[in-house]
Amino acid sequence: MAKYTFNGGVHPYDGKELSKDKPIQDFTPKGDMVYPLSQHIGAPAKPVVAKGDRVLVGQLIAEAGGFVSANIYASCSGTVKTIEKRRVPVGDMVESIVIDNDGLFEEVEYEPVKPLEELSKEEVIGLIKKAGVVGMGGAGFPTHVKLSPKEPDKIEYIIANCAECEPYLTSDYRRMLEEPERLIGGLKVELSLFPNAVGILAIEDNKPDCIALLKEKTKDEPRIEVRELVTKYPQGSERQLIYAVTKRAIHSAMLPADAGCIVDNVDTIVSIYRAVCENRPLMKRIVTVTGEAINNPINFRVPVGTNCSELIEAAGGFKSTPEKIISGGPMMGFAMFDLNVPITKTSSAILCRTEDTVSKCPTTACISCGLCVEACPSRLIPSRLADYAEHGNEEMFLKYNGLECMECGSCAYVCPAKRQLTQEIKTMRKIQLGKRKK
Amino acid sequence: MEDLRLNVSSNPHVRSEVTTAKIMGTVALALLPSCVFGVYNFGFYALFLLVLTVVTCVATEAAYEKIMKKDLTIRDCSAVVTGLLLGMNLPVSAPWWIAVVGGVFAILVVKMVFGGLGQNFMNPALGARCFLLISFTSRMTAFTYDGVATATPLAQLKAGEAVDTFNMVIGKIPGTIGETSVIAIVLGAIVLLLTGIIDLKIPASYIISFSIFVILFGGHGLNPYYLTAQLSGGGLMLGAFFMATDYVTCPITRTGRIVYGILLGILTGIFRIFGASAEGVSYAIIIGNILVPLIERYTMPKPFGKGGEKS
Repeated sequence: MAKYTFNGGVHPYDGKELSKDKPIQDFTPKGDMVYPLSQHIGAPAKPVVAKGDRVLVGQLIAEAGGFVSANIYASCSGTVKTIEKRRVPVGDMVESIVIDNDGLFEEVEYEPVKPLEELSKEEVIGLIKKAGVVGMGGAGFPTHVKLSPKEPDKIEYIIANCAECEPYLTSDYRRMLEEPERLIGGLKVELSLFPNAVGILAIEDNKPDCIALLKEKTKDEPRIEVRELVTKYPQGSERQLIYAVTKRAIHSAMLPADAGCIVDNVDTIVSIYRAVCENRPLMKRIVTVTGEAINNPINFRVPVGTNCSELIEAAGGFKSTPEKIISGGPMMGFAMFDLNVPITKTSSAILCRTEDTVSKCPTTACISCGLCVEACPSRLIPSRLADYAEHGNEEMFLKYNGLECMECGSCAYVCPAKRQLTQEIKTMRKIQLGKRKK
Repeated sequence: MEDLRLNVSSNPHVRSEVTTAKIMGTVALALLPSCVFGVYNFGFYALFLLVLTVVTCVATEAAYEKIMKKDLTIRDCSAVVTGLLLGMNLPVSAPWWIAVVGGVFAILVVKMVFGGLGQNFMNPALGARCFLLISFTSRMTAFTYDGVATATPLAQLKAGEAVDTFNMVIGKIPGTIGETSVIAIVLGAIVLLLTGIIDLKIPASYIISFSIFVILFGGHGLNPYYLTAQLSGGGLMLGAFFMATDYVTCPITRTGRIVYGILLGILTGIFRIFGASAEGVSYAIIIGNILVPLIERYTMPKPFGKGGEKS
């Protein structure tokens, strides 16, 4: 079978062997649970509990603050300690609900489940919205918004992003191996909304066991197809994935729906399944705790709100002193400076590295080698854009399409002069996008 | 948990193993087969010239940076590559001081005063060679072989004489120290291609467009003997694989590199066939270097999703 891919990209060391062979473990947090009100794109959620209230697992504690926003549920039982600004993994201070976890994990009574066939499309989307499902791959875009395009009939592909192209991450891999039925079930829920669409499970070819398993499980599903992707970073980037599967290219101002596509990652689709077919809100996610500095790299099923340092301790603590800890993968993750932060809906991994490669790579002069040009999946000239950004040349930065950059990091990864290309471009993009909003 | 001192920086948090010094080191290594053959072909004085140009280039860069109180950059090996290329572009009859003058000119005038590595708009070795060619024409074009003054095969070809194409491919011919052996140059080029340091965009478009030009305007039609002689003679192979592909002085865009290669092929053809000299590679590349900003401007790629493919 022909394999699907895009142009450009890089092949960093993938480090997945550290954690890929260990089954997912349930993690039970002991300490306080912190729920940032903004763990999605869009308006922050509004708290519906007050200090001193007793809450149960599965209880709504903050409701969506608008259409593009998402509900937040408690994942422990206990009393609301305070509502205040707390640090989140990306470094910002965000208004958060703090719950004093009583360790009992008493659950609310969930409403009975209705079979999918008896639900109308509006009801299905309503259930997903109610459950607070957001894109769990990192962006945190509310899923009910994604599933409500202007013209649902024009959606031809529902793509399950099973690429997991970020090095070190294995949460999607484990999920596919351990809960394929839920993944397929979630995809079927999405397909029920779009009569003209086919479901594509797009998996990188470094996961042959997942490909074989999902092919076997979907052999009687006429509307679902497994497609093998070439293993390459950033194969799982939304625009690149759409291109790989459909050969349709979209730019930054377009939505996947403009190419007739809806893309969701593995954890998100499982959450859709849980929301619609099990009537459970989004309370847990899979987190890969890994890296050379961790004693027992592993995947945990973690209640959202759990403190990161608790997870690191549960993974056996540090084998050696970490020099850098990253929330997410090494290519697009955020360097953390404080471990006293909660796992949010979008935290896919905690990566603890013994050595910070970046600090050992002094920058030298650009030799215009063009490796960044070859690597750029958005087909830009990263070295020039970084020059413009460095010199504050906004006009040229925009003229050479700096805003089309998706900050995947491929250019900085390959640069032999070790320039901070992505950082320069990212900074200028932020300035420009900020200006645009005004 | 113990007190941690964590590094914080923007993504990505990993970097490839490739560095500028490794690239330049590999290029120097890939030049060795040609250098070794040059020494075998022309004797130990050739080795002396090669060492002298390398030492001069490295010393000039170090001295300049010392005097200007800049960071020392000789470890990036780029001066070594420049020195080797310059040495390889000298005839074995050149006096020692030509090597020194050339080395100083290449590094000081062509490279350092423009801002050092990455800022020069001309290939330093070629810039120096052209400077030497103009300043010391007779010394730079006096070719000896086995101690006898002789014309290069290309000059013979231009004069309508017969040449031995077999010896031209092997390299047992007069010429500059490093340009004679096609086999040795291609051996080095394969190293660069396999390590991914260069790709075929520039060399292939250069050689193909030059071949087409020779077939069309060379006056010999599709004559394999004449074509082989043109391709193996002069600095074409060395130029196509090692000097036209110089990162700093070639276009950065993909299409631009192909356009650049084609342009070099045409220019080389014009100089060789219609010009007074039998050679033309050095001047073609120098002119190509100057046109790089223009080529880049017209070959900027369309970003992903903005045309090219159906959207």
